[in-house]
Amino acid sequence: MYFKRFAMAGTMALMSTTAYAGCGLTSGSVRILSNDFPAVHAVAEGAEACAGDGVTVSKNQTAEHKDIQVAALTSNPAQYTTAVVANSSIVPLLSDGLIRPLDDLVAKHGQSLNKNQLVTIDGKVMAIAFMANAQHLFYRSDILEKAGVDVPTTYEDVIAASKAIRAAGIMEYPFALNTKSGWNLAEEFVNMYMGTGAPIFKAGTAEPSVNNEHGVATLNMLKELVAYSNPDYLTYDSNATQALWESGELAIATMWGSRGGAMLDDEGSSAEVVSATMLSGAPTWGGGSVPASTLWWDGFTIAQNISDEDAEATFVAMMNGISTDMVKANNDKAVWLINGYVPGKAAEGIAQTANAGAVPYPMTPFMGAMHTALGAEISDFLQGKESAEQALMDVEAAYTTAAKEQGFLK
Amino acid sequence: MPHKTFLWFILPSLAAMVLFIALPIFSVFVQSLYVEHDQVLITTENCGPFGCKQETTVDVEATQILKDQAPLGKFNGFQTYSNRSHLAFAELTQAWSTATNARDFFGQILNLPFYKALAFTLTYTFVVTPFVIVIGLGIALGVNALPAKIKGPTIFVSLLPMIVTPLIGSLILFWMIDAQGILGATLQRLFNDNALSLKASPSLTWVMLFVYGVWHSAPFSFIVFYAGLQSVPSETLEAAMIDGASRWQRVRYVVIPYLTPLVTFITLMQLMDNFRVFEPIVGFSASANATSLSWIIFNDLRGQDSQLFGSAAATSMLTILGVAILLTPVLIRTWREFNSKTV
Amino acid sequence: MTPRSQRKSPLLALLSFGFVALWVLIASVPFLWTLWGSFKVQGDFFSKADWTNALYGVRTLVETGGTFTGNGYEGAWIEQEFWRATLNTAIVVFFTVTISLTLGTLGGYALARSGYRYAFWLLMIALVFRAMPHITLVSGYLLPFFQWNIWGHLSTTIIVLVAINQPFTLWMLHSFFLNIPKDMDESAMVDGCTRFQAFRHVIIPVMWPGVITTGLFSFLLAYNDFAVTAMLLSQDNQTMVPKIASFLGTTQVEGNVMYAVAAVVSATAPLFVLVMVFQRQIVSGLTAGAVKG
Repeated sequence: MYFKRFAMAGTMALMSTTAYAGCGLTSGSVRILSNDFPAVHAVAEGAEACAGDGVTVSKNQTAEHKDIQVAALTSNPAQYTTAVVANSSIVPLLSDGLIRPLDDLVAKHGQSLNKNQLVTIDGKVMAIAFMANAQHLFYRSDILEKAGVDVPTTYEDVIAASKAIRAAGIMEYPFALNTKSGWNLAEEFVNMYMGTGAPIFKAGTAEPSVNNEHGVATLNMLKELVAYSNPDYLTYDSNATQALWESGELAIATMWGSRGGAMLDDEGSSAEVVSATMLSGAPTWGGGSVPASTLWWDGFTIAQNISDEDAEATFVAMMNGISTDMVKANNDKAVWLINGYVPGKAAEGIAQTANAGAVPYPMTPFMGAMHTALGAEISDFLQGKESAEQALMDVEAAYTTAAKEQGFLK
Repeated sequence: MPHKTFLWFILPSLAAMVLFIALPIFSVFVQSLYVEHDQVLITTENCGPFGCKQETTVDVEATQILKDQAPLGKFNGFQTYSNRSHLAFAELTQAWSTATNARDFFGQILNLPFYKALAFTLTYTFVVTPFVIVIGLGIALGVNALPAKIKGPTIFVSLLPMIVTPLIGSLILFWMIDAQGILGATLQRLFNDNALSLKASPSLTWVMLFVYGVWHSAPFSFIVFYAGLQSVPSETLEAAMIDGASRWQRVRYVVIPYLTPLVTFITLMQLMDNFRVFEPIVGFSASANATSLSWIIFNDLRGQDSQLFGSAAATSMLTILGVAILLTPVLIRTWREFNSKTV
Repeated sequence: MTPRSQRKSPLLALLSFGFVALWVLIASVPFLWTLWGSFKVQGDFFSKADWTNALYGVRTLVETGGTFTGNGYEGAWIEQEFWRATLNTAIVVFFTVTISLTLGTLGGYALARSGYRYAFWLLMIALVFRAMPHITLVSGYLLPFFQWNIWGHLSTTIIVLVAINQPFTLWMLHSFFLNIPKDMDESAMVDGCTRFQAFRHVIIPVMWPGVITTGLFSFLLAYNDFAVTAMLLSQDNQTMVPKIASFLGTTQVEGNVMYAVAAVVSATAPLFVLVMVFQRQIVSGLTAGAVKG
């Protein structure tokens, strides 16, 4: 439903944000901290266009941005005036009060923003989202046809299809997801768990609630799935699954939508694989109706410890970075949430997942500790070293230890 | 050497170490004694690109008041050290009382993150260190006997495993040992076993990490021994030769004693470096089967949305303690040597 | 040049030669493989289908029209301006090694000649300092560095690298200085030199094998460091290793792995030159001469 809105955005009447020289700024310092990938490069370049006439724009785009952002924004004045974050990495900045509310700036300079780009916490705008992402299903139409199965819409279907492909002797290990132990594996657990509709924490508190029948079912589903995955699955990150896919070793996979563009281009893969690669929404499972996936956004925030002048300059420059012109020039680099975006084939999976009602990755402050605990503890169960109950007990114990240290639990 | 001269010679070095290592260690220790403030939680309505929902968030203002009262956090004493992520006293006691037999007891202990990591760390240290020393010495002796012309290139090639950035070195090796990679496929053919996977089996993962460790560190001991060999006085060797010592006897009774201080040095450095093993675990994505103390610290601090500074600080202090215990025998030896020299 | 004592029986010679040959093979194969593969496309070098693709360049032929391609090098050096990172690495490495060795020789010499117990304890404490995992140290630096506005500069990183490598440098040079007989500098002092003059005129000329070897390790530390440089340098000042890491991509987005491979191969070339230049110093056996003298 939210995606329909920005899918139509291209036809909407555009409000005035065409870049004007110097972006109308006369002074101020813009310092950008962000992750390091083409879509945010494009945004930063748009912001850099505002440099000149007393306005300076500098940037630091690094995969280590998460590790330095808190320290960099804690110093006064902050090292960076804006941190580009995702819905998980905004949390430490929010909890420590390191980013400022943007309502005044939005009112003054943000007329061109769609309402769904505003990330509001307790009614205050804290970030401006500009792109979306999610993990969803990739499948090979030719292989599914050969095995005589339909496109899977549930994970039960995925298992049945994998079984059929294996039985037909087409592939021994037809399925993969990003199950590298650590962050990736935990993300798969969270995605799958979301498909049950059950909460991860007890309402209103930081008490964990994954050690229940939903958690056990989630683990069992993951274990059934990895049975159709190569035995090396605990080392599979996005790079590995993409390489497997491109070399034609997989028939069905759950992967990041942002990788879709690279898998549909002609590089690294044969025409046979590319032409049969299809993207569809994340499956549901266990009779549930919520897709087993989490939705992610990337957006920018403005640091608290900077002058109002710099904050305004930064906001204006970043708005220029996420302008319609930028989107038109970089349409296929991401699934943009910005006016003027024309969704291509690579965006279909994400759009279907969002429209089917998948939930966003939780923005709760203690989710990070839970994610880490999951990443470290559930591989023991998948390897058959311990029971699902024991693994979930370990998860809750590890989480509780961490949450106590962070002051969320007593 | 008079105290004053000594001081002037050592001062620059000492100043750098105090400023950038001693003070941080002290602050890390202090940090390990504290945990963060109780966070005041409230439920708010949060909206984003995908709709609105009720979520629990931190009440920043209310929490800030608590923070201002005690900037360091909540004093926790040594409880971080004894919690489940570290020494896990409570869990140990429970395991002791509930375990039905020794196997069960150790199984329960090795399910705790710290002890699991310690088990791998110690095994790695004690397997890799001796191999590195022996292989390094062997290469040094061998290279030393080569004709002068090919020594240079040989030294360079021998250093390659250490030179190539571990980041990429392990990435390439990781692909080579893949079931479809050159080494992985060769091994499968060699053992005629299509299911053989160095990445999936816990024990093979350990072996792979050990082999990588030896491969990566052997050049270090090689080059130190090689430099040392250059300073073995040739008269002593010739005298031994005149006495009719065979080559082996010359190595055993002349060269090796001369290299003993270097053996001590390499042992110290290798025990220490291997105890902090970390890069191969990340490079080989081996954390499902093998974790080390440094990896735990890494996992607390890097790439996470919420960093656990206190926990990482405690693990760091325990690592230092572990290194100190590990090095004690070597240190006692050095102490004796030192005393015998000063007398 | 070879002393008589180092000649040996044919069997032993063969055995020792065979061992070195085997080691050279084990040490070099991954590198040669990388060198060869750096001229292929990713689909070949990291082939999930068949590793022999990396040898023959099946996908390279399809994608570029030849079995060899310089795309990795072109992308890394021209498109991604890898030379900037190379320049930064050169600066960091040069100063780290020079400063490390200057401080280290002075300190190491003092520790080897002191004779007092506190010298031993200083060495021990230095060792304990070294036990501190770098990740924790670096995390501790962040906040003060940002606060004092010294984060991101090459000079800050150089000083940090010097400092965290001092314990190692001190230990290693101390071991080497112990091998230089005391009589040498002490006799110079009897002749009226001050301690520093004795160090300057007697010790410095004979200490090179130890210093060069130690320098090699300081060099490698600064050259290969990721833990410190990735966290303490801003993007403009990035050195080679973090730059290479940035080619690898993130969880969500594909990187240019072949750029990284090409960059790694290029990064090894200066080291080859360096080792070839300095191997004479390591081989020449100056200390052996000193022991005689």
